[in-house]
Amino acid sequence: MPSLIVTDTKGATRTVDSAAGFSVMEAIRTAGFDDLLALCGGCCSCATCHVIVDTADFAKVGPAGPDEEDLLDGSDERTPTSRLSCQIPFTAALDGLRVTLAKEG
Amino acid sequence: MLIVGAGHAGAQAAASLRQLGFAGSIGLMGEEPELPYERPPLSKDYLAGDRAFDSMLLRPVPYWASKEIILLLSRRAVAVDAVRRQVETAEGARFSYGSLIWAAGGHARRLTCSGHHLAGVHTVRTRADTDRMRAEVAAVRHAVVIGGGYIGLEAAATLTKFGKPVTIVEMQGRVLARVAGEDLSRFYEAEHRAHGVEILLNCAVDCIEEAAGRACGVRLADGHVLPADMVVVGIGIVPAVEPLRAAGAAGANGVDVDEFCRTSLPDIYAIGDCAAHVNRYAAGARIRLESVQNAADQAAIAAKSITGAPVAYEAVPWFWSNQYDLKLQTIGISIGHDATVLRGDPASRSFSVVYLRQSKVIALDCVNAARDYVQGKALVIGGTEVDVALLAKISVPLKSVPARLQA
Repeated sequence: MPSLIVTDTKGATRTVDSAAGFSVMEAIRTAGFDDLLALCGGCCSCATCHVIVDTADFAKVGPAGPDEEDLLDGSDERTPTSRLSCQIPFTAALDGLRVTLAKEG
Repeated sequence: MLIVGAGHAGAQAAASLRQLGFAGSIGLMGEEPELPYERPPLSKDYLAGDRAFDSMLLRPVPYWASKEIILLLSRRAVAVDAVRRQVETAEGARFSYGSLIWAAGGHARRLTCSGHHLAGVHTVRTRADTDRMRAEVAAVRHAVVIGGGYIGLEAAATLTKFGKPVTIVEMQGRVLARVAGEDLSRFYEAEHRAHGVEILLNCAVDCIEEAAGRACGVRLADGHVLPADMVVVGIGIVPAVEPLRAAGAAGANGVDVDEFCRTSLPDIYAIGDCAAHVNRYAAGARIRLESVQNAADQAAIAAKSITGAPVAYEAVPWFWSNQYDLKLQTIGISIGHDATVLRGDPASRSFSVVYLRQSKVIALDCVNAARDYVQGKALVIGGTEVDVALLAKISVPLKSVPARLQA
């Protein structure tokens, strides 16, 4: 199973595994991170699953889509490597991906 | 600590309490047998069969035990003793509390006419409700949806995916009459009709007709009968607050809470769909908000009060609804608007309705227009008085609409 390295809003880092077919948001939620609200459940209707992708990994993940871009634009925590984690399918190619949970959606 | 209601609000309250370092015991009581799950997919992709239930769990299965949150599932709270600080369940068990968070939400409002209880008549509130619909849907020949609110429209959109003929029966002169302006209503009516859904407006239901113990039709007030072997009733919820009200909690529609989500009873909080609160985005009116946003944000407010760092509730309301390929996002509360501005052309299927009160932006309904939703949020939060003519110009981004200089 590909694994994901997640840093929460307090700075604690943990490695989590996820089966194929899930989004990065689902992988993080399934691992029980409380900081990630993901209120809309993954339909790209809010911005409460905002993560900051490690700069070195961003090319593998790629940029946000149009709606996602607009939603991220409304966040004070926005960085050049911000993504909504519900919009990133977690595939084997992303094994070892490092993300940090943004403080506010 | 006892939390009654294991939906979005109750589950978030339990999680927030632990996040804030609450060290006492936490019981999370829910009527349903399920672990806390997301409700919005029940009328959408879960009904469609496109989403597995496991992916709707709000937290992973081991989470609750790991946080020492005791799940009290399949238990219905029927009485509250605010003096002895106990909650009694339908089975007669009593649970003591130091603080109580009432997050029981509501039950789907049912019809009261004859035939309302028949097999084939459905509401959409719980997993069990949707599972029953899914079990029947393959054999359905005609579906009738009673109520043209969000649940009814979403259910209708999903049923068309199964190729079923669907008729929506709405009492008011337009769909979404209670929650949106006419521009949005007419747009959604046209979209549903374009997908083959028949919409009957200004149309009251007389009763549900029966054949062999099942629903077979919906008789309208004018005597006309719509054939229907599936009837979906989407006419709102009844707040589940009777035990609290019987214990003396103030409230008329739901249970009243202050800005810290405290009810009038000592150490009893109420959050989510059932909590009638004064909302600054509703011009200070006391309202209930049936939304995931309100559930999650009020849960955090109650948890902060209980852990000794109270913060007043003033989150901006937001909401979404997905129907067909249309993504509606709402910010603010449009109730009480005195003008609307249409931003963009509904025929393009990407537009927004801006709601104004005294030239101030109070809400936006954005259809396939996430940018307006995000940028309009600042206008709603700021209560900004704007140059109304600029709002209609789609070439002007909402974040560039200047505040009108106050005299």
